[in-house]
Amino acid sequence: MVMKILSVKNLEIEINSVKILEDINFEINKGDVLAIIGPNGAGKTMLLRALLGLENYNGEIKWAPEIKIGYVPQRMDIETDIPLTVREFFYLRDANIDEVKIKEALAFVHLDEKILNSGFGEISVGQRQRVLIAWAVIAKPDVLLFDEPTADVDIVGQKSIYEMLHKLQHDLNLTVILVSHDLNIVYKYSDKVICLNRKKICEGAPNEILNTERLLEIYGGEKAFYHHQH
Amino acid sequence: MDINLLQPILTAAFVAAAASLVGSFAILKRMALVGDAMSHVALPGIAIALLLNLNPFLGAIVFLAVAIVGIWFIQYRSNLSIETTVGVFFTASLALGALIAPEHELLEALLGNITDLSWQESLVSIILSIVLIAVILRLRKKLALSMVSSEMAHSIGIKNKRLEFIYLMIFALVVSLGIRFVGALLMGSLVIIPAASAKNIAKSLNSFMGLSVIFGVLAAAAGIYFSSIYNLTPGPIFIIISVAIFIVSLVIRGSRK
Repeated sequence: MVMKILSVKNLEIEINSVKILEDINFEINKGDVLAIIGPNGAGKTMLLRALLGLENYNGEIKWAPEIKIGYVPQRMDIETDIPLTVREFFYLRDANIDEVKIKEALAFVHLDEKILNSGFGEISVGQRQRVLIAWAVIAKPDVLLFDEPTADVDIVGQKSIYEMLHKLQHDLNLTVILVSHDLNIVYKYSDKVICLNRKKICEGAPNEILNTERLLEIYGGEKAFYHHQH
Repeated sequence: MDINLLQPILTAAFVAAAASLVGSFAILKRMALVGDAMSHVALPGIAIALLLNLNPFLGAIVFLAVAIVGIWFIQYRSNLSIETTVGVFFTASLALGALIAPEHELLEALLGNITDLSWQESLVSIILSIVLIAVILRLRKKLALSMVSSEMAHSIGIKNKRLEFIYLMIFALVVSLGIRFVGALLMGSLVIIPAASAKNIAKSLNSFMGLSVIFGVLAAAAGIYFSSIYNLTPGPIFIIISVAIFIVSLVIRGSRK
């Protein structure tokens, strides 16, 4: 059975009377991977923040009842010497966290348990991104929101993060909403794509959307794009 | 040791413990200067209370509460950075306080003197410190998470704005308590230096908070003790000892690299 998990209607966000987003409409079903793409400043992160309830908006954002949302931020502005271990970072979550759950979550993202004793600021960006994913999935959410999950990660790291995401989505039947610049990744892993440039410009399956004319429209004709031949 | 010293040492130790605990979160949030600004905001409150023959603590807390609401409100309602708003409050209040305060009281309001406290005032300070410590310890996980990433905190249902307001209020209470000890000029250091020293050494949140409290209490007790021996104002002595601890912590940090 297809279960609708989120519906967004006539969403509009204004900051200091400048419209950041307008006329956004879409729906997501359980188990879908929705990718939100668009150039810098298109309002992608804003949309994600509105979905989380972090921004004021007009219009409607309706989640299915009792939905648990996990969130993985784009990057964390963290000092390398922050006095916080990875283990403590997990325990900040809530009182129900225990060692067994933490180790399970770490296994999901292919991190060694040894990382628990490291400082949260001294691990690599790629490792931290995995810790954040583990942190988000530890409470078994229904939906995972990802903001540019691989922004500062090298190419090998990016690939493994997405493969892991794919596996997570498959194993846990997660619904995933992800913001990404990387069209190859979007093409490979998403079921549905929304392209934004303040307004929603297109919506559909990746192979319908990601053709050259559309991309020219979104990115203003400068973005080179490698089209997969499957 | 002189038995008369026990009361101010105990009071200073508890106030310093509460202040360093609050300070460890101020350091995490990188708002080290807010403590300074707040203590300056308290000055006109103290001055007015002195003029009206009221307890200076009351004057300080009323002014701080108003300032907190102002800072909090401006931060969420305008695009001005917290540094800017706090900077404006800071100098305006200091100027106002210096004008209003009776001249012979001004020095004490600026530099503090904990040895002047009556035993009732000491008792109230100690009890209030214990309450503040308990509240901070209870909120520590939420506070830390909200400071590391407010978005992630929000995603698990933490009300960041409310939490921040509570934290600022606790901060204001600690400042009001500490002002009697080190005075309005040096209050920021009572909050920040022990935590800054702890951060140089600590790797985990628990050791960070623990060390911060230990450094604060040590410097407070030693500050009172030495000031009584050499008949000096305790506030500045406390700060100098704290800075000495900070330098040692820097050396330890450097030697690890």
